[in-house]
Amino acid sequence: MVATRYETAFKLYPYETVEAAQSGAVTRHKVVIIGGGPVGLALALDLGLRGTPVLVLDDHDGAGLGSRAICFSKRTLDIATRLGAGQAMVDKGVVWNVGRVFHGAGQIFEFNLLPETGHRNPAFINLQQPYFEKYFVDAIRTAQQNGAPIEIRGRNQVTAVTQGTGPATLQVETPDGPYRLEADWVVACDGARSPTRDMLGLSFDGRVFEDNFLIADVRMKADFPTERWFWFEPPFEGAGQSALLHKQPDDVWRIDFQLGWDIDRQKELDPDRIRARVDAMLSSQTGTVPDYTLEWTSIYTFQCRRMQSFRHGNVFFAGDSAHQVSPFGARGANSGVQDAENLAWKLDLVIRGLAPEALLDSYSEERVWGADENILNSTRATDFLTPKTEISQIFRNAVLDLAAHAPFARPLVNSGRLSVPCVYDGLSLNGPDGFDGPALSRPGAACPDAPVGAGFLLDHLTGGFVVLALNTDVPDIAEVDGIPVTCLQLDPHKDDPSGALANRYLGGAAKAHYLIRPDQHIAARFAHARPDGIRAALRRAICRKG
Amino acid sequence: MALTLTPNISDPDGFYDTLLAAHEGLSKAQSDALNARLILVLANHIGDRAILEAALKLAARDGASAS
Repeated sequence: MVATRYETAFKLYPYETVEAAQSGAVTRHKVVIIGGGPVGLALALDLGLRGTPVLVLDDHDGAGLGSRAICFSKRTLDIATRLGAGQAMVDKGVVWNVGRVFHGAGQIFEFNLLPETGHRNPAFINLQQPYFEKYFVDAIRTAQQNGAPIEIRGRNQVTAVTQGTGPATLQVETPDGPYRLEADWVVACDGARSPTRDMLGLSFDGRVFEDNFLIADVRMKADFPTERWFWFEPPFEGAGQSALLHKQPDDVWRIDFQLGWDIDRQKELDPDRIRARVDAMLSSQTGTVPDYTLEWTSIYTFQCRRMQSFRHGNVFFAGDSAHQVSPFGARGANSGVQDAENLAWKLDLVIRGLAPEALLDSYSEERVWGADENILNSTRATDFLTPKTEISQIFRNAVLDLAAHAPFARPLVNSGRLSVPCVYDGLSLNGPDGFDGPALSRPGAACPDAPVGAGFLLDHLTGGFVVLALNTDVPDIAEVDGIPVTCLQLDPHKDDPSGALANRYLGGAAKAHYLIRPDQHIAARFAHARPDGIRAALRRAICRKG
Repeated sequence: MALTLTPNISDPDGFYDTLLAAHEGLSKAQSDALNARLILVLANHIGDRAILEAALKLAARDGASAS
């Protein structure tokens, strides 16, 4: 039997009889992904679009109920756009720019993210996680129709993973009984409680925070502005240490209450008790309680921890199974999707025999680096939100008191630093930083977007290695060791009269060459590159020695 | 620039007086809050992280020798 652990919001991959379960035949697969959440789906789509066969096993048949991850960052949207799922997300999502920060009854300040122009995607959208998963599955269905070798099996629960010298063996339970399969590569995208991690006896160390957060999603037609409201020490009854109000699509609002450690979970989930809190919050600014319905409620605690390595032989861990952070800053699902894009091209090249297996170790190197940055940021936010000592409480409140009238204190207020992609500074795949260019486009960084003609730069970076030639000739190179290289020649002044492309890639320089990786990260840049310079940098970016 | 460790405040007695006067009539909690705000205001004025870290180190050392 396959137990149902949660209800689904959308049935996306209904169970179908698995032939191998009937015949007992053991089929060997190139890549098996365990878990069809945001990370597993992004990875499956990326691999499938590259032509690498991939099988996704999920113990349910769709997206779990509840909004859960609701803030998706520009980098995630850029990845989804490359994979064909981004536009649907942006069309459905709520874009917000204004935030208000309250301390007690009073507003201490407001901010406007004032998004920088010249990017296809907004800095952030709010979107319920089930939609995010659905749009990925929609894109997978389209890709399948176009021949992408992706298969998703719903209600196929992996119950054992065995590693030996050859392929991994997976034992899978289905409603019609068990079967076995073999996988050259396994990627565990099975969440913070990763059964795969437990089956392999791997540790997951870090800090548990002694706090409980109550989430209430409420649906209301009230004319509330599309803003993020955050309270430190909210003045309303029983609201706890902090509270957050955030808009989602479909007239749904996410409300978070930080309740503290010693609580009675059952009692706090009583709808009457939740309604009393929500009433107090919603009426705090207007004095009246608008009509609303409770859509979904949940209590969670969180931890900041990660695995030592995200690769264990032929098994990889991606997303929450590899690293877990506090929710402040939206660094969970967003970093998981970045894991997926980092792994997809590397696994594809290794499976094709175009890159050495050592390239796969760089997945762990780069994404551990990213996880540590996310854990650092979310731990700092947590320490600000929940001061652990008397003196940290005193300083925290001093910051909030000053922030009301002294602008200098506002950058110290930390209710979560919103997710931005990490830069792989100094890591082993980076090639030369050959001129004094803008810091934001240094080797290791994700390419900043910029207008190009009627579209955007990232539209041209579709998943292979690209040499970007700005104001200069393209080097004579079409492939390196069998890996295709596309050359993109742009005249920043003609192709982007706004000047953003020049600002973001040239700075004060007149011309430049960039080598861009398949995941839109910058591998190297040059004042002027010759083909052998590109070739050396590309070989370095795939861990090929000599 | 290095952390200034030579006398730099004109009328030191007058300054000390002003510092204590700011705390007059305050409870311990109010005084703690005032000190915290004062540290943040001064730290922002200094701005330079190297100077701030040198100051923190110096202050921590004196605390350690007193205990």
